[in-house]
Amino acid sequence: MLKQTEGSHAVAEAVGLCRPEVICAYPISPQTHIVEGLGEMVKAGEVTDCEFINVESEFAAMSVAIGSSATGARTYTATASQGILFMCEAVYNASGLGLPIVMTVANRAIGAPINIWNDHTDALSQRDSGWIQLFAETNQEALDLHILAFKLAEEVSLPVMVCMDGFILTHAYERVDVPTQEQVDAFLPPYEPRQVLDPTDPVSIGAMVGPEAFSEVRYLAHAKQMQALELIPKLAAQFKTIFGRDSGGLTHSYLTDDAETIVVAMGSILGTIKDVVDEMRQAGEKIGVLGIISYRPFPLEEVRNALQNAKRVVVLEKSLAVGIGGVVSTDVRMAMSGLQLEGHTVVAGLGGRAITMKSLHALFAKAVAGELERLTFLDLDWDVVNKQLERERTTRRSGPAAESMLRDVGVVAARIG
Amino acid sequence: MEKPFAITLDPGSSLANHTGSWRTSRPVYIDRLPPCNKQCPAGEDIQGWLFHAESGDYESAWRHLTKDNPFPAIMGRVCYHSCESVCNRGQIDEPVGINSVERFLGDEALKLGWKLTPPSSESGKNVLVVGAGPSGMSAAYHLRRLGHSVTVYEAGPLLGGMMRFGIPKYRLPRDILEAEMQRVVELGVKVNLNTKVDNILNTMADGKFDAAFLAVGAHIGKRARIPAGDAAKIVDAISLLRSMEGEEKPMLGRRVVVYGGGNTAIDVARTAKRMGAEPLIVYRRTRAAMPAHDFEMEEALQEGIMVKWLSTITQADESSLTIEKMALDETGFPQPTGEFETIEADSLVLALGQDVDLGLLEGVPGLEVKDGVVKVAPNMMTGHPGIFAGGDMVPAERNVTVGIGHGKQAARHIDAWLRGEEHVPAVQHEVANFEKLNTWYYADAPKTVRPMLDIIRRQSTFDEVQGGLDESTALFEARRCLSCGNCFECDNCYGVCPDNAVIKLGPGKRFQFNYDYCKGCGMCVAECPCGAIKMEAEEI
Amino acid sequence: MSFQPVHFYQTGTFTVGNRLLEASERSVQANIERTNSLNSGHRACQGCGEALGARYAIDAAMNAARGRLIAANATGCLEVFSTPYPETSWQIPWIHSLFGNTAAVATGIAAAIKVKKQKGQMGDVRVVAQGGDGGTTDIGFGCLSGMFERNDDVLYICYDNGGYMNTGVQRSSATPPAARTATTMPVGPEPGNQFGQGKFLPAIAMAHEIPYVATATVADLRDLEYKVTKAMGMRGARYIHILVPCPLGWGAASEDTILLARLAKETGIFPVFEAENGEITGNLKIRRKQPVEEYLKRQKRYAHLFGKKPAVATIARLQAAADKNIRKYGLLDQEAN
Repeated sequence: MLKQTEGSHAVAEAVGLCRPEVICAYPISPQTHIVEGLGEMVKAGEVTDCEFINVESEFAAMSVAIGSSATGARTYTATASQGILFMCEAVYNASGLGLPIVMTVANRAIGAPINIWNDHTDALSQRDSGWIQLFAETNQEALDLHILAFKLAEEVSLPVMVCMDGFILTHAYERVDVPTQEQVDAFLPPYEPRQVLDPTDPVSIGAMVGPEAFSEVRYLAHAKQMQALELIPKLAAQFKTIFGRDSGGLTHSYLTDDAETIVVAMGSILGTIKDVVDEMRQAGEKIGVLGIISYRPFPLEEVRNALQNAKRVVVLEKSLAVGIGGVVSTDVRMAMSGLQLEGHTVVAGLGGRAITMKSLHALFAKAVAGELERLTFLDLDWDVVNKQLERERTTRRSGPAAESMLRDVGVVAARIG
Repeated sequence: MEKPFAITLDPGSSLANHTGSWRTSRPVYIDRLPPCNKQCPAGEDIQGWLFHAESGDYESAWRHLTKDNPFPAIMGRVCYHSCESVCNRGQIDEPVGINSVERFLGDEALKLGWKLTPPSSESGKNVLVVGAGPSGMSAAYHLRRLGHSVTVYEAGPLLGGMMRFGIPKYRLPRDILEAEMQRVVELGVKVNLNTKVDNILNTMADGKFDAAFLAVGAHIGKRARIPAGDAAKIVDAISLLRSMEGEEKPMLGRRVVVYGGGNTAIDVARTAKRMGAEPLIVYRRTRAAMPAHDFEMEEALQEGIMVKWLSTITQADESSLTIEKMALDETGFPQPTGEFETIEADSLVLALGQDVDLGLLEGVPGLEVKDGVVKVAPNMMTGHPGIFAGGDMVPAERNVTVGIGHGKQAARHIDAWLRGEEHVPAVQHEVANFEKLNTWYYADAPKTVRPMLDIIRRQSTFDEVQGGLDESTALFEARRCLSCGNCFECDNCYGVCPDNAVIKLGPGKRFQFNYDYCKGCGMCVAECPCGAIKMEAEEI
Repeated sequence: MSFQPVHFYQTGTFTVGNRLLEASERSVQANIERTNSLNSGHRACQGCGEALGARYAIDAAMNAARGRLIAANATGCLEVFSTPYPETSWQIPWIHSLFGNTAAVATGIAAAIKVKKQKGQMGDVRVVAQGGDGGTTDIGFGCLSGMFERNDDVLYICYDNGGYMNTGVQRSSATPPAARTATTMPVGPEPGNQFGQGKFLPAIAMAHEIPYVATATVADLRDLEYKVTKAMGMRGARYIHILVPCPLGWGAASEDTILLARLAKETGIFPVFEAENGEITGNLKIRRKQPVEEYLKRQKRYAHLFGKKPAVATIARLQAAADKNIRKYGLLDQEAN
């Protein structure tokens, strides 16, 4: 059913249609509207046979999810930013125990300085946690990915994060096609756990494993993600037969076949990039876009195939690996290993800084001209940066950097980029 | 369930890990010797029979008891129960009333007509027992149970010996005595009453006896050299007590003075009181020094019996006695003071100890007699092969319990000797002393007091002074037993083992260690209430 | 008295069992068919109080739940010694997730059970969470408090041995004052752990006004089983705090584990009581009161108090704390006062 709704609510409806049995909720912007929506659905009886638990922290949220999932319940939670760091230990634990929890990450920056706006640093900080991580480009895709995520998680016994850009998607009202319960039921069978806490067949889950078997356990986690790599396209195909639309999969290519320049990105920014690419195509530039949906497992093969005929690759990412540069670009470069391609990393949109079409035009033009540096920080205010660097060089007690720079740029500018 | 590798494990699979290899010392179940058992002159397994009584199985308790002592109803009345004085429970609250439970069992057996176990086969050997007192009848019983043909020769007209002629009725009712004696006779013991043995060798030869056990009691009262007028009425205590058994009661008059400080002195005084007299005990030392048991003295005082401490009798006349006061010297020994007084007395009873008539031993080669008693080897045999002796006849403390113990020991040695063997008593276990116990676990439960007869009736009748326990109080008393050194299946070891290394075998079967898992922590030893487990070093 | 003692004059309530007791009066541990939820072959130290306490508690819970029980376990000695790959000692469904999240994991289990029950996919199954004092009073405190506040249907059992024993005997917020640990060494002007307010979790649990809070020790099995059974008969958040001496961490003889637990109770150092909805409803009276020295001197962690110059003032402070417990929790019978 088509409806105009908020991204968060669309996700809440999708999760509700997946017949979750336990939902743990702890508020953190910008995921709050999702669990609020679910809480209301459970309380109103629209979602039945479901425990909605208001926990006292994200750490508890993931821990409750571990308990309920291990007891065979389809389990969901959502978080963002500091929340995912606070639950980090349990995040690793859930995947280590092979529990098919689905969690929405409403992507948001990580402090300090505290910042509630969107970038991908939070989810990417968990890239080695063993979770499957899927990035949604649109609200429709966010909705669809949740349905896919439960099926994928339960098939391979691994938890799945569905990452959607905070505010940009979560708080955007768009038209989405909400499937029917029959469609979802046809796609997603009841959860059949691989292991479960059951008094009639008692097992001990979570043993201590030493050097004699730890590598094997870790390899098996890797092998499961490799299985997921094969499964994700199959599930996307199944999804299409039931829901009648393309959703999910490992990557999305846009005008890459003959492209000399390919921009690689994840999430909602892909839409803006595509608009810029369309305009540049009209101007005759051979430029295309590769969107990555499945960040973990990372589709090395697909990325390589998409990029191998290009001359240059620009990875535009909403994250920064401090001290080296890109996060996604590192993986993309691994996919490109052996290909003689120019590779560029562009760090953009940190902490909610707007990525404008104008800036992208300029950026891509520079890239096509061969003038883009290896690592670029899009729209960086060099004046502010240089002032602060100067302050720190000259004054021992230079004060808090973020606050000093806010003064430099003016308070109004700090509200939104 | 197809389980994830390594992180998910099958239940209880740690049984594959034999932690017993960690152990440097191991617990072992043992039986230690309870102090009561060690103390008992009759060699009773007191803890053993209390164990049965604790569960209310009184017949099993009685059968266990009578394996060692066939006279629990008598014992429960006249035994001085030195077992209770060593009872570990005495260090917690009060000793277990062993004696009262024994009496309950004895009375229960008489009430319900339980019979002693007859021998399973006959040996064909003939054994003579001389004297139907506690020692003789005990020997007769044990010899009979061992399958020997036993004949008892008794000089007196009735069974019981000194139990009948030396212990007043108010302490040992005669129907009880008779019933327990008869129960031994019923096993097939032949008894010849009124048959004094004058010469043991002749009697043995005439009766074709293969061995003999001599258990003649100390029936002859000792006389003191007291200057006395012709008219003075002086009797010895034993004669007096014996005459109480006859038709004609002795005439003592109103003012009876009893001279002596032993149990017999008190028996006589209390007997005289019941006959309407006003007895006065004269003893040359103090109460603390008197050999009589304190509880008997206490009962006597309750009954109104007077005592003159630190006094000797120097002269006896028709109706008066002259008494010299004594004083303790620095060594605590009484010395004459030269201070005299005269007291009125209708009769004087001498309770100064007894002797045994050893006439039957004259001319027996190899016998050695010293201080009025016969020397015996550790196997109770006299210097003459085949002749054994016990009770008052041999050097030992003289009381019923000791006599009964002698009878049992002698029977076992005679049995072995008849087979040409030597009876080797089982090696005694280490004693379960108080330090071996963990007394935390015993509930607080003071001793049950046996009912006592009203003081007025005690002063005027020969009714039994001390009553028995009823069933519930006997059970209570039995269950006060700490079961020192012997497992009573409290499940503590089974419970406190952090490694589940104790196997519970079920009721009556106790426990077993599972050394595959026992790490040797020693908690079972520390927490065993009764000290029935000990640690032993592992051989490495 | 917080529980109905067995009036049996041989050993009464004190021993594990007794052949003469009625079956109904015997402890769970006396049963020849007890669950042995924590099986033999675990790797706890000799004389481990926690291994003992865990079997006592979980067997009792299993008995009360008629075998339908799931346990969540915090990281710590109990977890490490019971489930090193490839063997587990647990005979019940059991999960270990993390050090600090056990109460929350149990909440999740309880929530799943509730839903499965609603759907008719599962009968009634009960949930126990368990951990040491570190996992309970320190790192797991947030999740525990959350579980209490929501009144989730979980019985949380803390096995308190007063420190982080698994990592080598470091101080926790349950370490008693003056005790030596690897991080509170007996050196300097104030040797051992500091004196302070301490963190007595049973009192904090009571402040949540949850249906049931109790303390127990491994020295009073009947009391412990009574409390576990009572707790299992209730719904909502319940908390039992069990003192479990640690021979290794306390520097005590392996056979003294129960003795020390008993002395902790008999001195008043560890009050044994129970509370419902935030109010104390019963306590276990001291039977044979002992001075704190009797408890302290058997443990090397207090050895510095008994050197050439005994730390009289410190011992007096510990005695005062014990006396305060006795007053506060009414641990002595009136006539014994």
